[in-house]
Amino acid sequence: MAAETRNDAFVAFERVQKSYDGVTLVVKDLNLSIGKGEFLTMLGPSGSGKTTCLMMLAGFETATNGEIRLDGQPINQVPPHKRGIGMVFQNYALFPHMTVGENLAFPLEVRGMGKSDRDDKVKRALDMVQMFSFINRRPAQLSGGQQQRIALARALVFDPKLVLMDEPLGALDKQLREHMQFEIKHLHERLGITVVYVTHDQGEALTMSDRVAVFNDGRIQQLATPSDLYERPENSFVAQFIGENNKLPGTIEELSGDKALVRLQTGELIDATPVNVKQKGAATLVSIRPERVEFKPEMMPPGAHMIDAEVLEIIYMGDILRAVLRVAGSDEFVMKMRNTLGQTKLVPGQKIKVGWHPQDARALDP
Amino acid sequence: MKKLLALSTALTVVGFAARAEVVVMSWGGAYGEAQTEAHVKPWSAASGIAATMVDSDNPAPAVKAMVEAGNVTVDVASLEYADAIRLCDEGMLEPIDVASLPAGADGTPAADDFLAGAVTECGVSTDIWSNVFAFDSSKITGTVPTTAADFFDLEKFPGKRGLKKGAKAVLEFALMADGVPAAEVYNVLNTPEGVDRAFAKLDTIKSDVVWWEAGAQAPQLLADGEVTMTTAYNGRIFAAAINEGKPFQIVWDGQVYENEMYAIPKGAPNKDAALEFIKYATSTEGLRAQAQHISYGPARKSALKEELIFKDGKTVMAPHLPTAPENMGNALETSSDFWVDHDAELNERFQAWLAQ
Amino acid sequence: MAEATDPVTQTALLTTADGRPLKTALAEAQAKARRRAFLLVVPLILFVIMTFLIPIGYMLKRSFEHDGFASSAPAMVAWFAANPDFDPTNPPEEAYAALVSDLARMQVEKTTGMAGTRINYSVPGTISLFKGGARAAKNLTPPFKEALLAVDAEWGRPALWRGMQSASHVYTAEFYLVASDRKLTDDGWARGGDKERIYLYLFFKTFLISGIITFLCLLLAFPVAHLLATLPMAKSSLLMIFVLLPFWTSLLVRTTSWIALLQEQGVANDLLVALGLITEEGRLTMMYNMTGTIVAMTHVLLPFMILPLYSVMKVIPPSYARAARSLGATSWTTFRRVYLPQTLPGIAAGSLLVFILAVGYYITPALVGGADGQLISNLISFHMSKSNWSLAAAIAAMLLASILLLYWLYDRLVGIDRLKFG
Repeated sequence: MAAETRNDAFVAFERVQKSYDGVTLVVKDLNLSIGKGEFLTMLGPSGSGKTTCLMMLAGFETATNGEIRLDGQPINQVPPHKRGIGMVFQNYALFPHMTVGENLAFPLEVRGMGKSDRDDKVKRALDMVQMFSFINRRPAQLSGGQQQRIALARALVFDPKLVLMDEPLGALDKQLREHMQFEIKHLHERLGITVVYVTHDQGEALTMSDRVAVFNDGRIQQLATPSDLYERPENSFVAQFIGENNKLPGTIEELSGDKALVRLQTGELIDATPVNVKQKGAATLVSIRPERVEFKPEMMPPGAHMIDAEVLEIIYMGDILRAVLRVAGSDEFVMKMRNTLGQTKLVPGQKIKVGWHPQDARALDP
Repeated sequence: MKKLLALSTALTVVGFAARAEVVVMSWGGAYGEAQTEAHVKPWSAASGIAATMVDSDNPAPAVKAMVEAGNVTVDVASLEYADAIRLCDEGMLEPIDVASLPAGADGTPAADDFLAGAVTECGVSTDIWSNVFAFDSSKITGTVPTTAADFFDLEKFPGKRGLKKGAKAVLEFALMADGVPAAEVYNVLNTPEGVDRAFAKLDTIKSDVVWWEAGAQAPQLLADGEVTMTTAYNGRIFAAAINEGKPFQIVWDGQVYENEMYAIPKGAPNKDAALEFIKYATSTEGLRAQAQHISYGPARKSALKEELIFKDGKTVMAPHLPTAPENMGNALETSSDFWVDHDAELNERFQAWLAQ
Repeated sequence: MAEATDPVTQTALLTTADGRPLKTALAEAQAKARRRAFLLVVPLILFVIMTFLIPIGYMLKRSFEHDGFASSAPAMVAWFAANPDFDPTNPPEEAYAALVSDLARMQVEKTTGMAGTRINYSVPGTISLFKGGARAAKNLTPPFKEALLAVDAEWGRPALWRGMQSASHVYTAEFYLVASDRKLTDDGWARGGDKERIYLYLFFKTFLISGIITFLCLLLAFPVAHLLATLPMAKSSLLMIFVLLPFWTSLLVRTTSWIALLQEQGVANDLLVALGLITEEGRLTMMYNMTGTIVAMTHVLLPFMILPLYSVMKVIPPSYARAARSLGATSWTTFRRVYLPQTLPGIAAGSLLVFILAVGYYITPALVGGADGQLISNLISFHMSKSNWSLAAAIAAMLLASILLLYWLYDRLVGIDRLKFG
C-alpha cells in the first residue's frame, strides 16, 4: 500500500484548521489524503484533535479554515445528510424507539426507497453481520456486541462510499473487542469501502489499519503503516505513544550517514540510527524496544557496543519474562525475553551486559 | 387508625384547652383588623383571658368542617347572616339567649335595643354592612349617577361596570334598578318570571361587566380605571376613600344590607368565655368601637345615639353607615330565608347565565 | 440424570452448614431485610393513608351518602319503605300523618334545618317550608292532609314527595344526577331547562380549556426544555433558575401581576396604545375572560411541562441526531422521526401533569376568569362554601373518575411505565 504517492485522493484535508473559541486551535494545519478502499485510523490521546477531524469530515463541525474534499468535490458547505457518509458511533446510537429492522430501513426510507427494495437491502445487511434473526428486536434487548453489529450494518446498508467509525469498540470488553476488530477488518476487505477509524487504542490501530495517523496537539505526528509506525517512529512522541520503549537521554558524539554514536549522560557510548537529529553535539533521546534488547554477546553483531546493567527484578508473564534493569543510571530499563525452554535464568542483583542492533536504537528529538 | 385519629384530635384539644385562649375567626383584611382592635384586644385586657384573631377567606365552611370532624379549635366565628342561620339550622352552632345579652348603655333591654333580626337563635349581630355601588368622581363629572337605574344606563354613563360574581345581592339590585320597590323584591324574585326579569336586566349590561369575587378587587378595579362604576362592600369603598384618599363616591340607592353575626361553633373549647366575648363585643360600647374602625353600622339603637367619629378623629361616621336614615331611602335587607332556600338553585342559574 | 434435571428435588435436599434446610434459611435471611425495608416506608404509607386515601374515601362516601332527612324523619322512612310505589301526585292521609309526626319531632329535636337542607338540595325552597311546617306541626289535628296543605300548599307538590322519598334512603345517586344537570320535577328526574344546565357544559369547557393550556404549555416548553438540555452547564443553570422562579413566587402574586399586565388599563394595552398599534378606544380585553384564564394558567403551569421534558431530553445523547443526519435525514426528519419520539415519555408525563393540574385549578380562573373563564372547580369551591358538600363531592368524584379514565386511556395507548416525571 503506497498511499503516500497517491494523488487521486478519495478524501483530502487541505490546510484544515479548527478553533472552537477563537483563541486556541484544536486542529492545526491538517493535510491528509486517504485513498479509495483504504482503512485509515486516526490514533491519539484524548484532546489530540482526531475526533474533531472526524466530525468535520462527517459534517457535524465546520472547518474554521482550509478545505475538505470527498471524491474530488469540496464538501465544506454540504450538510451532513447530503454527504452520503456512513457513521458508527461509540455508543452505537441505535434509535431506541425503533426495531432493528426499522433502524436499518431508516436511511433507505429517507432516501425514498420502495418497501420491497428496502426489505431486501435490510435483509442483506443483517445477513452480512449474521443478525437477521434479530430483525424485530429493539436495541435495548440486544447485548453490546450485537448492538455494535447492528450499528455497523446500519452504517453500511445504504452503500456509502465512506464509513466513519468513532471509537466503535470502546464500550466492549477485551475479548469481544478483539473479535469485532477482525470482523470489521474482514467486512472492509470484502466490501472494498473506505474506512476512517478513530481510536485511542494503539493495539486496535495496529491490528486493523492500512495506515495510521498519530495525532497529538492538533497535528499529525506520523502517518505510516502499522509496522513502520512501530518499528520506525519518527519522533519521541510516536515512539512513546506506540508500544513500550526504553528511553536513554544523551548527546550525539559522532554522526555519519545512517549511523550515530551517542554518549549517554552517564558516559557510556552506544550505537544508534539517527532519525531527527541533525548535528554532532545535539541532545537526543535514544529509544529502544524492550524486545530488541539482548544480553547474550553471541546474538550481537560484531563490534556492537554493550553496556553494563544490573538486574533489579524479573517479572514472570507467561509467554515472556520481563526484566527490569538498571542501565545508564535509569532504573526503568526493560528487557523482554521469550520464555523458551533453554532461556538463561537471570536473578535480581546479577550483573550483565546488554546491547542492541544499531538500527533498533533510534536517536530522536529529546 | 381510628384510635390514632382520636388520639391526635385529643392531643390538639388538650393543647388548646391548656392554653385557655379564646380564638376568634374572621375575614381578615380591614374588617378583621377592626374587630381585633375594637373587640379582641380590649376584651382580653379587661377580662384577663387571652384572645387571638385568626383569618379565613370565609369562616362558615371552616366552622362546618371543624364541627363535622369533632375538632373545633375556634370559639367565636364571624359569619354572614345566611350562613349563621343555616349552620344554626344544621345544629352546628351553640344557641345564644338574647336575654343573656347586656342591656344598652341607656338601659334598654337587649331584645328591644337591637334592630329587628339582629339577634337570631345562634348569632348576635356585630354590624350591618351593605352592597352598594360606587364611582370615581374624578372620572364621572357633571351629571353623576344617583340611582340604581343609573348603574344600568350605559348611554348616560358609558363605560364598564364592576359586579360581584354571584347571584346574591346582584339579582336584588337588578330588580330594584328595574323599578321593583324594595319591599316587593323577594316576592318578585320568588317567581320564575321574577328571576327571568332580574337576569333580563343584567343582560342589558352583561357585555360591559367586569366580574369580581374578592372584596378587595372592587376598589382596585375602580382605582385602575378598569370600570367606571362597581358594586362593592361599602366598607371597602370607605376605606379606599378615607384611608387612601381615593375620589370614590358611594351611591346608596338600591343598597342591599345585612347583618354580620358572631356565633359560637358547637363544641367550642371555651364556650363560656366565648359567650362573654360576644356579650362584650355586641354591647353598645363594643359595637361603637367597631364602627370607629370601619364604616359598618352598629345593630343597636343605643349605639347610634351619640355621634360616631372615625379613628382618624375627624370623619363623622354617620353618613357613611348603611343604617344612616338618609342612606335608607331605597334600601333592602337581605332575606336569609330566601337565600337559604334558593342560594344553590339561583347560583347554578347565574353560572349558566354567565356561561351563555 | 433424572434428579439432575429436577431442580425442585435438588434444592429441597440442600441444607446449610448447620443442617437447616437452605430454603428456610434463605427465607429467614430475606424476611429480616424485607421487614427492615418495610419499616422504612411505614411512615410514608401511614402518611398517604391519612392524608390521601382517607380524605378521598371520605369524599366519595360523602357524594352518595346523606342522612339529614333519613335520620330525622323515622316515620316517613318507615312509610316510604312500606309504600315504595305510592302516587306522589296524591299521597294518602297516612303519609301526611307520618310527615306531621316527623315535623313535630324535628321541632323538638331541632333537626328541621338538617332535614330541610337535605330536601332543598333537590327541591329548592324547602328549608323555610320545613321550618314553617315544623313550627305548626304540634297544633295540627287530623285530617293531617288538609291541615298541612292549609299551612302551605307547597306540601302537596309531587316533586317534594319524590324528593322526600329519595332522601329517606341514606345512600343516594341524587347528587350525581344534580351534577349531570338533572332536576327533580313533579314528574321525576328530568333534564334541566336551557337556562339552568351548567355542570356538563362546565365539565366540557374545563377539559377543553385544560387541553388548550396543555397544548400551549407543550408548545412553549419544548424549545425551552431543549435549550436547557443542550446549553452548557453554567448557562443552563441560569435558565433553570428562571424556569423555577415562578415556583418561588406565590400563586396569587403571579396571578395578580398578570392582571396588572393584561387588564384594559394595564401595561400591555398601554404599550400597544403608545406604539399606536391600537387606539385608546380599541383597547383589547385580555383579562377577565377566557383569554386571561388561558394566559395566566399557561404561565402558572409551564414549569410542570418543562421539567419532565427537560429530564427526558437531558438523557438523549446528541449522537442520535447525528446518527440520523449521517444516515441521510434532513434536520426536520431527524426531529420528527428520531428526536420527537424519544421525548414522548416526557411529553406524555408533562401533558398529563399539566392537564390534571389545570382541570383542578380554581384560584386563577376565579381571579382572572371573568364571566366565561369559569371552570368546574369554581363550582366545587362554591358548593363547598355553601355547605352542599355532597354535591361538591359528587362533582369532584366525577372529575376524579374522568381523570382516572384518562389515565387508563393513557396506559392503554402509551403505557404508564413509560411516564417520566423527572
